[in-house]
Amino acid sequence: MARRTPLNEAHRRLGGRMVEFVGWDMPVQYSSVIAEHEAVRTAVGLFDVSHMGEIEFSGPGALETANKLITNDLSKCADGQAVYAGLLNDQGTFVDDVVAYRFSAERILIVVNASNKDKDFAWMQSRAEGVKPVDRSDDFAQIAVQGPKAVGLIQRLTQVDLSKIGTYRFAEGPVAGVQCLISRTGYTGEDGFELYCPPGDAEKLWEALLKEGQQDGVKPCGLGARDSLRTEMKFALYGNDIDDQHTALEAGLGWICKLDKPGGFIGREVLAKQKAEGVKRKLVGFELTGSGIPRHGYPILKDGQRVGEVTSGTLGPSVKKPVGIGYVPTELATEGSTFDVEIRSRPVPAVVVKTPFWKKS
Amino acid sequence: MSGEIPQSLKYTKEHEWARIEGNRVVVGVTAHAQEALGDVVYVELPKVGATLTAGGQFGVIESTKAVSDLFSPLSGKVVKVNDALTGNPQTINSDPYGAGWICELEPSDSKELAGLMDAAAYGKLLQNS
Repeated sequence: MARRTPLNEAHRRLGGRMVEFVGWDMPVQYSSVIAEHEAVRTAVGLFDVSHMGEIEFSGPGALETANKLITNDLSKCADGQAVYAGLLNDQGTFVDDVVAYRFSAERILIVVNASNKDKDFAWMQSRAEGVKPVDRSDDFAQIAVQGPKAVGLIQRLTQVDLSKIGTYRFAEGPVAGVQCLISRTGYTGEDGFELYCPPGDAEKLWEALLKEGQQDGVKPCGLGARDSLRTEMKFALYGNDIDDQHTALEAGLGWICKLDKPGGFIGREVLAKQKAEGVKRKLVGFELTGSGIPRHGYPILKDGQRVGEVTSGTLGPSVKKPVGIGYVPTELATEGSTFDVEIRSRPVPAVVVKTPFWKKS
Repeated sequence: MSGEIPQSLKYTKEHEWARIEGNRVVVGVTAHAQEALGDVVYVELPKVGATLTAGGQFGVIESTKAVSDLFSPLSGKVVKVNDALTGNPQTINSDPYGAGWICELEPSDSKELAGLMDAAAYGKLLQNS
Protein backbone atom coordinates (compact mmCIF):
# COMPACT_ATOMS: atom_id res chain seq x y z
CA MET A 1 0.00 0.00 0.00
CA ALA A 2 1.50 3.29 -1.10
CA ARG A 3 2.00 5.97 1.55
CA ARG A 4 -0.16 9.06 1.41
CA THR A 5 0.87 12.64 2.08
CA PRO A 6 -1.44 14.81 4.19
CA LEU A 7 -2.68 16.33 0.92
CA ASN A 8 -3.86 13.04 -0.59
CA GLU A 9 -7.58 13.82 -0.15
CA ALA A 10 -7.07 17.30 -1.57
CA HIS A 11 -5.41 15.83 -4.69
CA ARG A 12 -8.30 13.44 -5.21
CA ARG A 13 -10.86 16.22 -4.82
CA LEU A 14 -8.97 18.21 -7.48
CA GLY A 15 -9.14 15.26 -9.88
CA GLY A 16 -5.45 14.43 -9.59
CA ARG A 17 -4.42 11.29 -11.46
CA MET A 18 -2.75 9.31 -8.73
CA VAL A 19 0.20 7.01 -9.39
CA GLU A 20 2.61 5.16 -7.19
CA PHE A 21 5.94 7.00 -7.07
CA VAL A 22 8.75 5.50 -4.97
CA GLY A 23 6.22 4.03 -2.56
CA TRP A 24 4.02 7.14 -2.36
CA ASP A 25 0.57 7.71 -3.84
CA MET A 26 1.16 10.97 -5.72
CA PRO A 27 -0.58 13.02 -8.43
CA VAL A 28 1.22 12.77 -11.78
CA GLN A 29 -1.11 15.44 -13.21
CA TYR A 30 -4.46 17.10 -12.59
CA SER A 31 -5.52 18.52 -15.94
CA SER A 32 -2.58 18.38 -18.32
CA VAL A 33 1.19 18.21 -17.81
CA ILE A 34 1.71 20.91 -20.45
CA ALA A 35 -0.89 23.28 -18.93
CA GLU A 36 0.61 22.80 -15.47
CA HIS A 37 4.12 23.34 -16.82
CA GLU A 38 2.98 26.55 -18.53
CA ALA A 39 1.29 27.79 -15.34
CA VAL A 40 4.63 27.58 -13.55
CA ARG A 41 6.48 29.38 -16.36
CA THR A 42 3.92 32.16 -16.70
CA ALA A 43 1.95 32.37 -13.42
CA VAL A 44 2.25 30.08 -10.41
CA GLY A 45 1.98 26.37 -9.63
CA LEU A 46 1.65 24.41 -6.40
CA PHE A 47 3.39 21.10 -5.89
CA ASP A 48 2.92 18.69 -3.02
CA VAL A 49 6.44 17.50 -2.22
CA SER A 50 5.64 16.21 1.23
CA HIS A 51 7.08 12.84 0.30
CA MET A 52 10.59 14.24 0.56
CA GLY A 53 12.58 13.34 3.67
CA GLU A 54 14.02 15.60 6.35
CA ILE A 55 16.95 14.54 8.52
CA GLU A 56 18.10 16.74 11.37
CA PHE A 57 21.38 17.21 13.20
CA SER A 58 21.04 19.20 16.37
CA GLY A 59 23.19 20.08 19.33
CA PRO A 60 26.82 21.07 19.74
CA GLY A 61 28.86 19.86 16.75
CA ALA A 62 25.84 19.58 14.43
CA LEU A 63 27.42 21.73 11.75
CA GLU A 64 30.77 19.90 11.80
CA THR A 65 29.05 16.50 11.69
CA ALA A 66 26.72 17.39 8.82
CA ASN A 67 29.39 19.27 6.91
CA LYS A 68 31.56 16.16 6.69
CA LEU A 69 28.68 14.22 5.12
CA ILE A 70 27.86 16.74 2.40
CA THR A 71 29.98 18.07 -0.43
CA ASN A 72 29.09 21.74 -0.08
CA ASP A 73 30.29 23.92 2.79
CA LEU A 74 27.85 24.87 5.54
CA SER A 75 30.64 26.62 7.45
CA LYS A 76 30.58 29.33 4.75
CA CYS A 77 26.83 29.80 5.15
CA ALA A 78 25.10 32.28 7.35
CA ASP A 79 22.36 31.11 9.68
CA GLY A 80 19.20 31.18 7.57
CA GLN A 81 21.04 30.01 4.47
CA ALA A 82 20.73 26.73 2.58
CA VAL A 83 22.97 24.94 0.10
CA TYR A 84 22.51 22.35 -2.62
CA ALA A 85 24.92 19.48 -2.01
CA GLY A 86 25.74 15.87 -2.70
CA LEU A 87 26.04 12.95 -0.32
CA LEU A 88 28.78 10.86 -1.88
CA ASN A 89 30.16 7.36 -1.47
CA ASP A 90 33.87 6.82 -0.92
CA GLN A 91 33.98 6.36 -4.73
CA GLY A 92 32.80 9.94 -5.27
CA THR A 93 29.47 8.76 -6.68
CA PHE A 94 26.09 9.78 -5.33
CA VAL A 95 24.22 8.41 -2.36
CA ASP A 96 21.81 11.29 -2.97
CA ASP A 97 21.56 14.99 -3.75
CA VAL A 98 20.16 17.18 -0.98
CA VAL A 99 19.44 20.68 0.25
CA ALA A 100 21.03 21.44 3.63
CA TYR A 101 19.51 24.18 5.80
CA ARG A 102 21.62 25.97 8.40
CA PHE A 103 19.36 27.27 11.17
CA SER A 104 22.43 27.68 13.35
CA ALA A 105 25.73 25.92 13.92
CA GLU A 106 23.78 23.67 16.27
CA ARG A 107 20.85 22.88 14.02
CA ILE A 108 21.13 21.59 10.45
CA LEU A 109 18.25 20.10 8.46
CA ILE A 110 19.04 18.00 5.40
CA VAL A 111 16.22 17.50 2.89
CA VAL A 112 16.59 14.31 0.86
CA ASN A 113 14.83 12.55 -1.99
CA ALA A 114 11.85 10.40 -1.00
CA SER A 115 13.29 7.49 -2.97
CA ASN A 116 16.49 7.57 -0.92
CA LYS A 117 15.31 8.61 2.52
CA ASP A 118 15.74 5.29 4.33
CA LYS A 119 19.05 4.61 2.58
CA ASP A 120 20.32 8.11 3.36
CA PHE A 121 19.31 7.90 6.99
CA ALA A 122 21.04 4.53 7.44
CA TRP A 123 24.11 5.88 5.63
CA MET A 124 24.19 8.98 7.84
CA GLN A 125 23.80 6.85 10.97
CA SER A 126 26.78 4.77 9.97
CA ARG A 127 28.97 7.63 8.73
CA ALA A 128 28.12 10.56 11.03
CA GLU A 129 30.97 11.34 13.42
CA GLY A 130 29.63 13.18 16.44
CA VAL A 131 26.01 14.25 16.41
CA LYS A 132 23.48 11.53 15.62
CA PRO A 133 21.01 12.17 12.78
CA VAL A 134 17.29 12.21 13.59
CA ASP A 135 14.71 11.31 10.94
CA ARG A 136 12.18 14.16 11.11
CA SER A 137 10.39 13.27 7.87
CA ASP A 138 7.06 12.62 9.57
CA ASP A 139 7.12 16.09 11.11
CA PHE A 140 7.05 17.97 7.81
CA ALA A 141 4.76 18.45 4.87
CA GLN A 142 6.15 20.50 2.01
CA ILE A 143 4.45 22.61 -0.64
CA ALA A 144 6.50 24.14 -3.46
CA VAL A 145 5.03 27.40 -4.78
CA GLN A 146 6.77 28.19 -8.03
CA GLY A 147 6.44 30.71 -10.83
CA PRO A 148 6.72 34.43 -11.52
CA LYS A 149 3.60 35.12 -9.42
CA ALA A 150 4.62 32.87 -6.51
CA VAL A 151 6.23 35.53 -4.37
CA GLY A 152 3.30 37.93 -4.72
CA LEU A 153 0.85 35.18 -3.86
CA ILE A 154 2.64 34.11 -0.68
CA GLN A 155 3.28 37.71 0.33
CA ARG A 156 -0.47 38.33 0.46
CA LEU A 157 -0.72 35.48 2.99
CA THR A 158 2.14 36.42 5.32
CA GLN A 159 3.55 39.29 7.36
CA VAL A 160 7.08 37.99 6.77
CA ASP A 161 8.82 40.35 4.32
CA LEU A 162 9.66 37.99 1.46
CA SER A 163 11.78 40.60 -0.32
CA LYS A 164 14.31 40.11 2.49
CA ILE A 165 14.68 36.39 1.73
CA GLY A 166 17.24 35.95 -1.03
CA THR A 167 17.82 32.88 -3.17
CA TYR A 168 18.72 29.86 -1.04
CA ARG A 169 17.83 31.80 2.11
CA PHE A 170 15.00 30.97 4.44
CA ALA A 171 12.96 32.35 7.31
CA GLU A 172 10.34 31.02 9.70
CA GLY A 173 6.91 32.48 10.19
CA PRO A 174 3.20 32.01 9.60
CA VAL A 175 1.77 31.78 6.08
CA ALA A 176 -2.05 31.75 6.03
CA GLY A 177 -1.86 31.19 9.78
CA VAL A 178 0.33 28.11 9.41
CA GLN A 179 3.80 28.14 10.92
CA CYS A 180 6.23 27.52 8.03
CA LEU A 181 9.84 27.25 7.10
CA ILE A 182 9.80 29.63 4.13
CA SER A 183 12.64 28.71 1.79
CA ARG A 184 13.48 30.52 -1.45
CA THR A 185 14.39 27.35 -3.29
CA GLY A 186 12.85 25.21 -5.98
CA TYR A 187 13.27 22.72 -8.78
CA THR A 188 11.65 24.50 -11.70
CA GLY A 189 13.95 27.34 -12.78
CA GLU A 190 11.34 29.88 -11.70
CA ASP A 191 11.30 32.14 -8.68
CA GLY A 192 9.31 30.91 -5.70
CA PHE A 193 9.39 29.26 -2.34
CA GLU A 194 9.21 25.87 -0.76
CA LEU A 195 7.03 25.94 2.35
CA TYR A 196 7.62 23.33 5.04
CA CYS A 197 4.87 23.00 7.62
CA PRO A 198 3.44 20.54 10.15
CA PRO A 199 1.53 17.75 8.32
CA GLY A 200 -1.67 18.56 10.19
CA ASP A 201 -1.66 22.09 8.76
CA ALA A 202 -0.74 21.19 5.19
CA GLU A 203 -4.27 21.08 3.84
CA LYS A 204 -5.12 24.46 5.38
CA LEU A 205 -2.04 25.99 3.73
CA TRP A 206 -2.72 24.27 0.38
CA GLU A 207 -6.34 25.45 0.29
CA ALA A 208 -5.36 28.99 1.24
CA LEU A 209 -2.75 29.11 -1.55
CA LEU A 210 -5.23 27.74 -4.10
CA LYS A 211 -7.93 30.22 -3.07
CA GLU A 212 -5.70 33.30 -2.83
CA GLY A 213 -3.91 32.26 -6.02
CA GLN A 214 -7.05 32.20 -8.15
CA GLN A 215 -6.42 35.79 -9.24
CA ASP A 216 -2.91 34.74 -10.33
CA GLY A 217 -4.09 31.74 -12.33
CA VAL A 218 -2.61 29.26 -9.88
CA LYS A 219 -2.66 25.58 -10.83
CA PRO A 220 -1.98 22.51 -8.74
CA CYS A 221 0.83 20.66 -10.52
CA GLY A 222 1.79 17.00 -10.52
CA LEU A 223 4.98 15.03 -10.85
CA GLY A 224 4.77 15.19 -14.65
CA ALA A 225 5.19 18.96 -14.78
CA ARG A 226 7.79 18.84 -12.02
CA ASP A 227 9.86 16.53 -14.23
CA SER A 228 9.47 18.52 -17.47
CA LEU A 229 10.28 21.79 -15.67
CA ARG A 230 13.43 20.46 -14.05
CA THR A 231 14.53 18.74 -17.27
CA GLU A 232 14.34 22.06 -19.16
CA MET A 233 16.73 23.45 -16.52
CA LYS A 234 19.00 20.37 -16.64
CA PHE A 235 18.49 19.97 -12.90
CA ALA A 236 19.63 16.47 -11.98
CA LEU A 237 17.17 13.83 -10.80
CA TYR A 238 18.60 11.08 -8.62
CA GLY A 239 18.11 7.70 -10.26
CA ASN A 240 18.12 9.31 -13.71
CA ASP A 241 21.01 11.73 -14.13
CA ILE A 242 22.95 11.04 -10.97
CA ASP A 243 23.42 7.75 -9.18
CA ASP A 244 26.02 5.58 -7.48
CA GLN A 245 27.69 4.81 -10.82
CA HIS A 246 28.73 8.33 -11.84
CA THR A 247 30.87 10.77 -9.87
CA ALA A 248 29.89 14.30 -8.97
CA LEU A 249 32.48 15.65 -11.41
CA GLU A 250 31.19 13.49 -14.24
CA ALA A 251 27.71 14.83 -13.44
CA GLY A 252 28.99 18.41 -13.83
CA LEU A 253 28.35 19.09 -10.16
CA GLY A 254 31.91 20.02 -9.24
CA TRP A 255 30.57 23.42 -8.20
CA ILE A 256 28.82 21.89 -5.18
CA CYS A 257 31.92 19.93 -4.14
CA LYS A 258 34.18 22.11 -1.99
CA LEU A 259 37.38 20.09 -2.20
CA ASP A 260 39.29 22.50 0.06
CA LYS A 261 36.77 22.95 2.84
CA PRO A 262 37.96 22.31 6.40
CA GLY A 263 37.47 18.68 7.41
CA GLY A 264 36.86 17.54 3.84
CA PHE A 265 33.93 15.25 2.99
CA ILE A 266 33.26 11.63 2.12
CA GLY A 267 34.30 10.97 -1.47
CA ARG A 268 36.64 13.94 -1.65
CA GLU A 269 39.83 11.99 -2.44
CA VAL A 270 38.41 10.37 -5.56
CA LEU A 271 37.12 13.72 -6.82
CA ALA A 272 40.46 15.45 -6.17
CA LYS A 273 42.24 12.76 -8.17
CA GLN A 274 39.65 12.87 -10.94
CA LYS A 275 39.87 16.64 -11.08
CA ALA A 276 43.63 16.46 -11.54
CA GLU A 277 43.43 13.72 -14.19
CA GLY A 278 40.30 14.90 -15.98
CA VAL A 279 37.03 12.99 -16.32
CA LYS A 280 36.46 10.47 -19.10
CA ARG A 281 32.74 11.13 -19.47
CA LYS A 282 30.44 14.03 -18.80
CA LEU A 283 26.76 14.71 -18.36
CA VAL A 284 25.63 16.97 -21.20
CA GLY A 285 22.44 18.56 -22.45
CA PHE A 286 21.50 17.94 -26.06
CA GLU A 287 18.77 18.64 -28.57
CA LEU A 288 17.57 16.12 -31.11
CA THR A 289 17.97 17.49 -34.60
CA GLY A 290 16.05 14.53 -36.03
CA SER A 291 12.53 13.51 -35.09
CA GLY A 292 11.64 11.73 -31.88
CA ILE A 293 11.86 12.20 -28.13
CA PRO A 294 14.88 11.09 -26.10
CA ARG A 295 14.03 8.99 -23.04
CA HIS A 296 15.88 7.65 -20.00
CA GLY A 297 17.92 4.58 -20.95
CA TYR A 298 18.14 5.14 -24.71
CA PRO A 299 21.65 4.44 -26.05
CA ILE A 300 23.87 7.25 -27.33
CA LEU A 301 25.82 6.22 -30.45
CA LYS A 302 28.80 7.67 -32.27
CA ASP A 303 29.49 6.20 -35.70
CA GLY A 304 27.19 3.31 -34.81
CA GLN A 305 29.03 2.42 -31.60
CA ARG A 306 27.38 2.76 -28.20
CA VAL A 307 29.28 5.44 -26.29
CA GLY A 308 26.80 6.60 -23.68
CA GLU A 309 23.24 6.73 -22.46
CA VAL A 310 20.37 9.16 -22.18
CA THR A 311 19.52 9.83 -18.53
CA SER A 312 16.50 12.14 -18.98
CA GLY A 313 14.56 13.53 -21.90
CA THR A 314 11.31 15.07 -22.92
CA LEU A 315 9.69 17.31 -25.43
CA GLY A 316 10.25 20.54 -23.52
CA PRO A 317 6.87 22.27 -23.22
CA SER A 318 8.53 25.72 -23.02
CA VAL A 319 11.50 25.18 -25.33
CA LYS A 320 9.20 23.26 -27.69
CA LYS A 321 12.01 20.95 -28.74
CA PRO A 322 13.02 17.39 -27.90
CA VAL A 323 15.77 17.85 -25.33
CA GLY A 324 17.75 15.36 -23.33
CA ILE A 325 20.48 14.84 -20.78
CA GLY A 326 23.03 12.05 -20.97
CA TYR A 327 26.53 10.83 -20.30
CA VAL A 328 28.95 10.98 -23.23
CA PRO A 329 32.74 10.62 -23.58
CA THR A 330 34.47 13.91 -22.73
CA GLU A 331 35.53 14.43 -26.37
CA LEU A 332 31.81 14.58 -27.30
CA ALA A 333 30.84 16.88 -24.45
CA THR A 334 31.61 20.26 -25.95
CA GLU A 335 28.87 22.46 -27.32
CA GLY A 336 28.19 21.65 -30.95
CA SER A 337 29.39 18.03 -30.71
CA THR A 338 27.11 15.63 -32.54
CA PHE A 339 26.06 12.06 -31.89
CA ASP A 340 23.00 9.86 -32.39
CA VAL A 341 20.36 8.74 -29.93
CA GLU A 342 19.02 5.28 -30.68
CA ILE A 343 15.23 5.43 -30.63
CA ARG A 344 13.49 2.14 -31.37
CA SER A 345 16.54 0.79 -33.25
CA ARG A 346 16.85 3.97 -35.33
CA PRO A 347 19.73 6.45 -34.91
CA VAL A 348 18.40 10.00 -34.52
CA PRO A 349 20.94 12.85 -34.76
CA ALA A 350 21.53 15.10 -31.75
CA VAL A 351 23.74 18.06 -30.91
CA VAL A 352 25.20 19.20 -27.58
CA VAL A 353 23.78 22.59 -26.57
CA LYS A 354 24.20 25.13 -23.80
CA THR A 355 22.14 24.52 -20.70
CA PRO A 356 19.78 25.27 -19.12
CA PHE A 357 17.67 24.58 -22.19
CA TRP A 358 15.13 27.10 -20.92
CA LYS A 359 16.11 30.70 -20.41
CA LYS A 360 13.67 33.45 -19.57
CA SER A 361 13.43 35.92 -22.42
CA MET B 1 -13.72 9.22 -16.80
CA SER B 2 -14.10 6.92 -19.75
CA GLY B 3 -14.82 9.46 -22.46
CA GLU B 4 -17.18 9.26 -25.37
CA ILE B 5 -17.72 5.94 -27.22
CA PRO B 6 -19.38 6.53 -30.61
CA GLN B 7 -21.89 3.82 -31.58
CA SER B 8 -20.72 3.77 -35.19
CA LEU B 9 -17.18 2.56 -34.49
CA LYS B 10 -15.52 -0.77 -33.71
CA TYR B 11 -12.98 -1.11 -30.90
CA THR B 12 -9.99 -3.13 -29.70
CA LYS B 13 -9.05 -3.96 -26.15
CA GLU B 14 -5.90 -1.87 -26.73
CA HIS B 15 -8.17 1.20 -27.08
CA GLU B 16 -7.95 1.73 -30.82
CA TRP B 17 -11.06 2.43 -32.87
CA ALA B 18 -11.86 1.44 -36.46
CA ARG B 19 -14.38 3.16 -38.74
CA ILE B 20 -15.49 1.20 -41.78
CA GLU B 21 -15.82 3.33 -44.90
CA GLY B 22 -16.66 1.05 -47.86
CA ASN B 23 -13.64 -1.12 -48.49
CA ARG B 24 -11.42 0.99 -46.28
CA VAL B 25 -11.01 1.37 -42.52
CA VAL B 26 -9.93 4.50 -40.68
CA VAL B 27 -8.02 3.86 -37.44
CA GLY B 28 -7.41 6.01 -34.36
CA VAL B 29 -7.24 5.83 -30.58
CA THR B 30 -10.23 6.22 -28.29
CA ALA B 31 -11.16 9.14 -26.05
CA HIS B 32 -10.30 6.92 -23.10
CA ALA B 33 -6.85 6.21 -24.57
CA GLN B 34 -5.98 9.87 -25.10
CA GLU B 35 -7.29 10.69 -21.65
CA ALA B 36 -5.10 7.98 -20.10
CA LEU B 37 -2.06 9.02 -22.14
CA GLY B 38 -2.25 12.68 -21.25
CA ASP B 39 -0.83 15.37 -23.53
CA VAL B 40 0.29 13.69 -26.75
CA VAL B 41 3.55 15.23 -27.95
CA TYR B 42 4.75 12.84 -30.63
CA VAL B 43 3.30 10.28 -33.01
CA GLU B 44 5.24 7.82 -35.11
CA LEU B 45 3.00 7.00 -38.06
CA PRO B 46 3.18 3.89 -40.22
CA LYS B 47 4.37 4.29 -43.82
CA VAL B 48 1.90 4.38 -46.67
CA GLY B 49 2.10 0.97 -48.33
CA ALA B 50 3.10 -0.83 -45.14
CA THR B 51 1.40 -4.15 -44.45
CA LEU B 52 -0.14 -4.43 -41.00
CA THR B 53 -1.19 -7.50 -39.05
CA ALA B 54 -4.19 -7.50 -36.75
CA GLY B 55 -2.90 -6.99 -33.22
CA GLY B 56 0.54 -6.07 -34.54
CA GLN B 57 2.39 -2.92 -33.54
CA PHE B 58 2.15 -0.29 -36.26
CA GLY B 59 3.17 2.98 -34.66
CA VAL B 60 4.06 4.79 -31.47
CA ILE B 61 2.36 7.51 -29.54
CA GLU B 62 4.22 9.51 -26.91
CA SER B 63 2.89 11.72 -24.18
CA THR B 64 5.01 14.02 -22.03
CA LYS B 65 5.79 11.08 -19.75
CA ALA B 66 5.22 7.81 -21.56
CA VAL B 67 5.79 5.90 -24.78
CA SER B 68 2.93 3.64 -25.95
CA ASP B 69 2.69 1.28 -28.90
CA LEU B 70 -0.20 1.44 -31.35
CA PHE B 71 -1.73 -1.90 -32.33
CA SER B 72 -3.56 -2.43 -35.58
CA PRO B 73 -7.21 -3.47 -35.25
CA LEU B 74 -7.07 -5.33 -38.58
CA SER B 75 -4.67 -6.78 -41.10
CA GLY B 76 -4.21 -4.84 -44.29
CA LYS B 77 -2.29 -2.26 -46.24
CA VAL B 78 -1.83 1.35 -45.15
CA VAL B 79 -3.25 3.60 -47.87
CA LYS B 80 -3.20 6.96 -46.05
CA VAL B 81 -1.68 8.43 -42.92
CA ASN B 82 -2.62 11.58 -41.02
CA ASP B 83 0.51 13.64 -41.65
CA ALA B 84 -1.06 16.62 -39.86
CA LEU B 85 -0.39 14.81 -36.57
CA THR B 86 3.36 15.26 -37.01
CA GLY B 87 3.04 19.01 -36.49
CA ASN B 88 0.01 18.86 -34.20
CA PRO B 89 0.07 15.64 -32.20
CA GLN B 90 -2.27 17.18 -29.59
CA THR B 91 -5.10 16.82 -32.11
CA ILE B 92 -5.31 13.29 -30.73
CA ASN B 93 -6.30 14.80 -27.38
CA SER B 94 -8.71 17.38 -28.74
CA ASP B 95 -10.47 15.29 -31.40
CA PRO B 96 -9.59 11.60 -31.08
CA TYR B 97 -12.44 10.36 -33.30
CA GLY B 98 -12.17 13.09 -35.93
CA ALA B 99 -9.12 15.14 -36.91
CA GLY B 100 -7.01 12.92 -34.63
CA TRP B 101 -7.38 9.85 -36.87
CA ILE B 102 -4.08 8.01 -37.41
CA CYS B 103 -4.21 6.03 -40.64
CA GLU B 104 -6.45 4.45 -43.23
CA LEU B 105 -6.21 0.77 -44.13
CA GLU B 106 -7.32 -1.47 -46.94
CA PRO B 107 -8.19 -4.57 -44.90
CA SER B 108 -7.01 -7.88 -46.32
CA ASP B 109 -9.40 -10.10 -44.38
CA SER B 110 -12.94 -8.84 -43.78
CA LYS B 111 -13.61 -11.74 -41.41
CA GLU B 112 -11.37 -10.03 -38.84
CA LEU B 113 -14.05 -7.39 -38.34
CA ALA B 114 -16.03 -9.89 -36.30
CA GLY B 115 -13.18 -9.95 -33.78
CA LEU B 116 -13.62 -6.27 -32.91
CA MET B 117 -15.88 -4.96 -30.15
CA ASP B 118 -18.93 -2.79 -30.64
CA ALA B 119 -19.48 0.33 -28.55
CA ALA B 120 -21.45 -1.55 -25.87
CA ALA B 121 -18.75 -4.20 -25.43
CA TYR B 122 -16.00 -1.59 -25.33
CA GLY B 123 -17.97 0.42 -22.77
CA LYS B 124 -18.17 -2.69 -20.61
CA LEU B 125 -14.44 -3.25 -20.95
CA LEU B 126 -13.78 0.26 -19.66
CA GLN B 127 -16.20 -0.20 -16.77
CA ASN B 128 -14.46 -3.39 -15.71
CA SER B 129 -10.94 -2.04 -16.03
